[in-house]
Amino acid sequence: MTDNIIKLRNVSKNFDEIAAVKNVSLTVERGKVVVIIGPSGSGKSTLLRCINRLEEPTEGEVWIDSELLDGSEQQLNDIRADIGMVFQQFNLYPHLTVLENITLAQKIVRKREKKEAQKIAMQQLERVGIAEKADNYPIQLSGGQQQRVAIARALSMNPKIMLFDEPTSALDPEMIKEVLDVMLMLAEEGSTMVIVTHEMGFARAAADVIICMALVEIVEHTTPEVLFNNPNHERTQLFLSQILTK
Amino acid sequence: MASYEIEQKDIINSNVLEQLKIQKFSLKDFDWREFPWWFAALTLISAITLIIVLTNPAYHEAFLFIIAGLGLTAIITLAAFSIAIVLGLITGLSRISDGVFAKNAATFYVELVRGVPMLVLMFFIAFVLVPGFVNGINGLGGALSNAGLSGFGSILSALSIRDIPMTVRAVIALSLTYGAFLAEVFRAGIQSISRGQMEAARSQGMSYGQAMRYVILPQAVRNVLPALGNDFISMLKDSSLVSVLAVRDITQVARLYAGHSFRFAESYTSLAILYLVMTVSLSLIVKIIERRYANYDR
Repeated sequence: MTDNIIKLRNVSKNFDEIAAVKNVSLTVERGKVVVIIGPSGSGKSTLLRCINRLEEPTEGEVWIDSELLDGSEQQLNDIRADIGMVFQQFNLYPHLTVLENITLAQKIVRKREKKEAQKIAMQQLERVGIAEKADNYPIQLSGGQQQRVAIARALSMNPKIMLFDEPTSALDPEMIKEVLDVMLMLAEEGSTMVIVTHEMGFARAAADVIICMALVEIVEHTTPEVLFNNPNHERTQLFLSQILTK
Repeated sequence: MASYEIEQKDIINSNVLEQLKIQKFSLKDFDWREFPWWFAALTLISAITLIIVLTNPAYHEAFLFIIAGLGLTAIITLAAFSIAIVLGLITGLSRISDGVFAKNAATFYVELVRGVPMLVLMFFIAFVLVPGFVNGINGLGGALSNAGLSGFGSILSALSIRDIPMTVRAVIALSLTYGAFLAEVFRAGIQSISRGQMEAARSQGMSYGQAMRYVILPQAVRNVLPALGNDFISMLKDSSLVSVLAVRDITQVARLYAGHSFRFAESYTSLAILYLVMTVSLSLIVKIIERRYANYDR
């Protein structure tokens, strides 16, 4: 029996009358890395945000670890604490130091003692390779460093699932690799990850499952080998031909 | 760790040096277009007036008389501003909340206050709202006495409108008025924080209230500090309106002095210079705060 940690059943999301995601069903197995690709406006980010309900689906069911999300506030907060999210714009708290950024939710959501939270924060900072920046403010860091802090902040909550919403799209080119390296490390350690990205090299290297979205629907759901060598759907072919140079 | 500390110190040192460079005055850099002539003129006039006030016996006497009201002006302004901050924060948060009642009640209050002149509000609150409130309490006391709670009830029904001094009514009026203004300041401050901050906090499992308290408000309050400072200065000036309730602040004391001595020039010049000295020095402090936080982030 497969252990599906995320289950989306017929999920749709409309903004006003316009569909952003239409009738998507998707399961994610525990420990697998799922990469979502597709042209902009195809609904990738909205689908990702439906998983931790930053967007409330207009229709359909979301199951996290065999629990149906019913929209109740307490369940939502509990589930979100178990789902780490990394944003395109980092969204670090600018008024707090790096260390405080990572300890804040640990203290008030996980109810950890300050000492313990700091210890965990330092471990995660070591893991992403910037422990020496613990006392700096986010503004003093480069984009790549800020994004690694954001990953450490998410990891410090011991998430069951990590969501990445275009984590390298706002970065200068020379900083993309340091962030992707951290994500590859997490993938190798067996974290469950759902990643929206335009980094095809990364997708090919890290993904267990790759999903191509176009026009608010999933058009292809397969392995990286098939998708990059022999895509089935014409939409996928079109998209890949537009972004991959020969 | 050691190398990082040196790095940190270097950053601070270079910042300080840069500031010194800007502040160091040299004739070559002097740009008469950029020079704050208005401030020089203001300082000059204040200085001349102060000298007159301190040397001319008639002015001196008026000034000493008026200064007696300074304590009350300060107390009224500080008390009303503190209450207004609390009221403004609650109202501002209500205006952006999802609660239909809270949102509408807050907007009702803000628009009501903004639509009525402050002087009229002062009269209305002191002579209509507060007495009406006391009547309500008396009525409640009567009802409680009838219901058998005579001890507590008689305390409430014995409350008289005369027990509420005009100074207290003035503070209530000023804080209700400024509560509405500050609500808009806080609302704008909160809405200036990018949506991603709330999303990041919520995605970590914080409730709306926790995200507001630990993530949004600390940033919003820092952003609105200069605006709060300016509103404090406005309130200091508007506190002169309490004189219409015969509260003996500096304006009322000046009116009294002018009224019985017929020395209008002496009284009102001293009064004006007193306000001016206070507001200009406060606005300098606000500028310093503003500059400090501008250097700090973003």
